[in-house]
Amino acid sequence: MTQLIDKHAAAAGTSGFLRQQRPRHGERAIQAALLAAALVAVATTVAIVIALLIPTLEFFSAVSPIEFLTGTTWTPLFEPPSFGVVPLVVGTLVITVIASIVSLPLGLGSAIYLSEYAPDRLRRTLKPTLEVLAGIPTVVYGFFALTFVTPVIQAIVPGDGLPSIFNALSAGLVMGVMIIPTVASLSEDAMTAVPNSLRQGAFALGSNKRQVSTRVVVPAALSGIAAAFILGISRAIGETMIVTIAAGLQPNLTLNPLKFMETMTAFIASTGQGDVPTGSIEYKTVFAVGMLLFIITFLMNMASIRLVRKYREVYE
Amino acid sequence: MTIDQRHEPTHTKIRVDDMTATPSEAPRPPAIDLSAVSRPDANGASPDGQVVEPVIETRDLSVFYHDYEAVRGVDLTFGKNQITALIGPSGCGKSTVLRCFDRMNDLIPGARVEGTITYHGQDLYAPDVDVIEVRRRVGMVFQKPNPFPKSIFDNIAYGPRVNGWKVDSMDDLVEEALTRAALWDEVKDKLKDSAFALSGGQQQRLCIARCIAVEPDVILMDEPAASLDPISTAKIEDLMQELVRNYTIIIVTHNMQQAARVSDRTAFFTAEVDEHGERHGRLVEMDLTKTIFTNPADKRTEDYVSGRFG
Amino acid sequence: MSAPTLTRYGERASLTESGGEPLKERLFRWMLLACTGVGVVTLVVLLTYTVYKGWPQLNSQLVTNMPSQVSPNTAGAQSAIMGTLWLMVFTALWTIPTGIAAAIYLEEYANPERRINRIIEINIMNLAAVPSIIFGILGLAFISRTLGFGPTILTGSLTLALLVLPTVIIASREAIRAVPQSIRSGSLALGATKWQTMARQVLPSAVPGMATGSILALSRAIGEAAPLLMLGVGFVRFNPDGLMSSFTALPVQIFQWTTESQTQFKELAAAASVILLVLLLAMNSVAIYIRNKTQKRW
Repeated sequence: MTQLIDKHAAAAGTSGFLRQQRPRHGERAIQAALLAAALVAVATTVAIVIALLIPTLEFFSAVSPIEFLTGTTWTPLFEPPSFGVVPLVVGTLVITVIASIVSLPLGLGSAIYLSEYAPDRLRRTLKPTLEVLAGIPTVVYGFFALTFVTPVIQAIVPGDGLPSIFNALSAGLVMGVMIIPTVASLSEDAMTAVPNSLRQGAFALGSNKRQVSTRVVVPAALSGIAAAFILGISRAIGETMIVTIAAGLQPNLTLNPLKFMETMTAFIASTGQGDVPTGSIEYKTVFAVGMLLFIITFLMNMASIRLVRKYREVYE
Repeated sequence: MTIDQRHEPTHTKIRVDDMTATPSEAPRPPAIDLSAVSRPDANGASPDGQVVEPVIETRDLSVFYHDYEAVRGVDLTFGKNQITALIGPSGCGKSTVLRCFDRMNDLIPGARVEGTITYHGQDLYAPDVDVIEVRRRVGMVFQKPNPFPKSIFDNIAYGPRVNGWKVDSMDDLVEEALTRAALWDEVKDKLKDSAFALSGGQQQRLCIARCIAVEPDVILMDEPAASLDPISTAKIEDLMQELVRNYTIIIVTHNMQQAARVSDRTAFFTAEVDEHGERHGRLVEMDLTKTIFTNPADKRTEDYVSGRFG
Repeated sequence: MSAPTLTRYGERASLTESGGEPLKERLFRWMLLACTGVGVVTLVVLLTYTVYKGWPQLNSQLVTNMPSQVSPNTAGAQSAIMGTLWLMVFTALWTIPTGIAAAIYLEEYANPERRINRIIEINIMNLAAVPSIIFGILGLAFISRTLGFGPTILTGSLTLALLVLPTVIIASREAIRAVPQSIRSGSLALGATKWQTMARQVLPSAVPGMATGSILALSRAIGEAAPLLMLGVGFVRFNPDGLMSSFTALPVQIFQWTTESQTQFKELAAAASVILLVLLLAMNSVAIYIRNKTQKRW
């Protein structure tokens, strides 16, 4: 081998032998290409902001922001049109609250059960089941809400004409169940990140499982659980198909979940679907509402990301 | 030197009763008794361990991680075809210094080197130096064996392949590398098997063979036997005696008996704790192994090698 | 020797008191189980109901015929099925290489302390949670109208590719991270370049994780209706024949049929949902199979 290998080593030269032996241009080009791919994410965000911002600014040159944000009548297609977005926001809010009442406690409860209580075999069947729940397309959930849940609610809740075929309760309940896996999985991550030594310390003092779970683990995982909640709420706000199908396509300023109402997302979907002429004021309402939606979810996502970073720092 | 000659009593084996001798009476003879340190047929080094031809030298070497000074003011000389050991308690910068020599510290964000390191007289950190070539010439064996998830053959062939060598017969190259690493007989019938099927000691010898296959000049060993059992450790130590005929070896070890057994020269490091409680590594002294263990210049060295602390 | 008595706030009088788990604890456990159960029960009800409702329409006609808005008797979902498959292929084509490349950059080349890299990371995490309809707006504004492509396979697949790109990136990063650092060190110490180490050591080991993540991301993409609706994807009675072809997709078709009042259309919606669910089940099974088959023990 001395001949085999030393020949190569000798070929590498002895004077200035530490200088470049093989051309490395390829490395630079590869690194540039990879960076370009990573920048696509940034470009997407920039594109979203631009796509929303320009028509929104044009919109606000025709409609006053005050009227937009505080007006209680949303009739952009009437003559004269009215651009108060409050009914859409309230519609989103009512359904989000219903969805959160379902998803947050049930999600947290599932997470505590899976993380602290479930025997291994049960956990291995339950966890994938929840993942399946997360994988069902929202349009199928919407179908389910309209054709199954609404008749059930109508049968259970007596009332004159209520609940209507399109109602917030049906959409909210189904949406809530859909979001359970999101809340559960992020909460469970936070709880499993809590070191076992904390649990064992509490057990060694004579605590039972309930006390350890509720008084030690949940408080220790609190920022992660808060992140999970915020993310769940953010998902509810941004969800489109369930509300478009089951909650209604007419704005309605009411807090009664048994009535129909339109959310921001449903408005965007139904208006954007139609052949709205580019540049018209109706076209621009889509972007203005979209901008509002984007800002709300963006702020919530940022808060959630911060909280996740916080708990990861502590335990990892 | 034949295989049998390696076991002649030119090396003094450490005997158990030496180590259990009187605990805390002072002064006491060093725990390691070296009647002679000499290695017959050491190529390029004089028989008593003096450096004839330096391969790597450092002048006032300091390593920083961001603002944290990990080790400072290190002057070292490593001689061709010699085994030099870096010893000292944990956290005194031995591995940090070792990683400067193949520029693996470059991979750590915030790592910064000051002072000079020369390799055959050339500045190792000059701007036009090709780091990849440096790493080919200065090989490294890690504390925990890290074979690739490939076959034994492909592990050895990996180095020549990535370096773009056009080899007439890769089979011969692999065989030679494994023979030099004293592993050939054990694996010659299973070259296509996964490297993970080997035992810990065999995996480490595989890593050594892998390193040899790119024909390095210097082999750095960062506690190479730390995760191995005593028998595998002895095999590695024997192997080092063979390898040093062709390569220059620098070894970091926690095990001072090991340093005394295998090395020609030894550098002793210690850690100083500053007023904030942070540890900074310092070189205490570097000399012939014989001198370090029998007649060190610095009291800290003497305390360490006699087992009073560390 | 009698057991010592412990009275702690009157809870237990002795160590050997029998009774098993106290009622309060048992109730708590059942309550938690019920929380988990709601999700499971709803899933079962939903799946059963959808199959039940769609049963009358689950026949070969569903696959061989084109959809119709007037005669549910002869309606099928072929154009929607083909459209979904075409979308899936092209979305994969745009998003998987880009996502993997971005993940490689972020894990192996990017210095995490530099500002630009932190901005990239935050962007990805944010995009992963942006509502899908916003992506529809993006597709509408830029790709469909500004670039003038219209509601074509190209537009649809690009929009969906952007939608699931963050997911692919995040999954690929985890797969790369799972490869131990010692393998990289060993490769670099032999004189391999960063890219050689990546291509010859890290990627081969990370491919199964990346494949799983990509398949899961794709299965999310083909279930989306909102972005496609924004792009103007509507009622189409032919199969796609190229990148610039108009199309429809299963989620859109399901939506349209759901909003029709006739019962038969609702049945068609359920049947199409079943097809979509079966497709998703097949994809997820492949992903899980890959994950289990290639679990590496380092």
